Amino acid sequence: MLATLIIVFREVFEAGLIIGIVLAVTGSVPHRNSWIGGGVLTGVLAACIVAASAGALSQLFEGMGQELFNAAILAVAVIMLTWHNVWMASHGRELAGQLRTVGKAVADGNKSLLALAVVVGVAVLREGSEVALFLYGVLASEGSGGSVLSLAVGGLAGLVLGAGVCLLTYSGLMRIPPKALFATTTALITLLAAGMATQAVAMLERANWLMSLDGVAWDSAWLLSDRSIAGRALHTLIGYTDQPTQMQLLVYVTVLLGTFLLMRLTASPPTARGGAAASERAA
Amino acid sequence: MSVATMTMRPLILAAVGAAALLQPVKADPAAEVRVTYSNGQFEPGEVNVPVDKPVIIRVKNMDAKALEFESTSLRVEKVVAAKSEAVVNVRALKPGRYEFYDDFNAKAHGALVVQ
Repeated sequence: MLATLIIVFREVFEAGLIIGIVLAVTGSVPHRNSWIGGGVLTGVLAACIVAASAGALSQLFEGMGQELFNAAILAVAVIMLTWHNVWMASHGRELAGQLRTVGKAVADGNKSLLALAVVVGVAVLREGSEVALFLYGVLASEGSGGSVLSLAVGGLAGLVLGAGVCLLTYSGLMRIPPKALFATTTALITLLAAGMATQAVAMLERANWLMSLDGVAWDSAWLLSDRSIAGRALHTLIGYTDQPTQMQLLVYVTVLLGTFLLMRLTASPPTARGGAAASERAA
Repeated sequence: MSVATMTMRPLILAAVGAAALLQPVKADPAAEVRVTYSNGQFEPGEVNVPVDKPVIIRVKNMDAKALEFESTSLRVEKVVAAKSEAVVNVRALKPGRYEFYDDFNAKAHGALVVQ
């Protein structure tokens, strides 16, 4: 039972962190719960489908189907997160610091919520498919009633703990004053995107689809192993890896700089708005 | 919204372009080894592989439950579904002992011995 709890919790942990951040990002946006709930539900369904077809998926692309599938969904999540940030930059500028009005701006464009719902779905799908495979495996090998009960208890407890991580993340972020919250969540989302991009790179490297710059840049496992709980949290939040390849570092920096530039380019210049307001007054 | 829609397009184009550049790369001839998993154990427990040569590990799962073939030192992590076989790519390695394990089952572990 304890083994089940630990394994389920370890998988749910990452999704919990991400959902917590997305909840904080969307703050008081109306209907955000149904969007995020929809993302979770779709993710769970997709996870079951992926788990059920894990064998077949594995056989695709000369045995590299799993890696390429993961790289693809991670890439989708990176695009969605980046797009969300850019969207907020172009709409939220004049509203920055006013959470409620930013919330209203987001509500005006449900597309941004859809983007975040997709990110939630991807997080749940990735972690959930492993949980499903693991639980199914235990059930298939030990069909006795006692083990089913302990499996259910362990699995449920792991899930509850994961939900706890989600709540802690959310309530922690909500303690930040609204004015700083916008900047904080923007930074968090950008780091999340960069981290996911490096995970996608790792998948492509494992599939041998990406071979350039694949030397390990450093090994900081002595300082912080990415298997430890703190390492895992940082792995999810900022993409920490104790043995990053040069390509991973390159992609990481590229995503950070790219997001920064895109946000700069699309941010609505306050002066232009002031001018428009003045001309409206004149008319 | 138009600004955001306009930024979305180059983003997607960039992603598609990057995907098009990616191709499975033909590596140096790799050494191929087999590991079988049955009754919750890896067999053989120790696998010898040559130095400085990429390695392809074929993991065959004979059990009715999925396993996760994982190794920190080899930087691999791969789910192998029940009753199926999976391929794990490993880069050329320096001499040493590289432990692997089943992340779903603490009792199952083994090692690649590079010499």
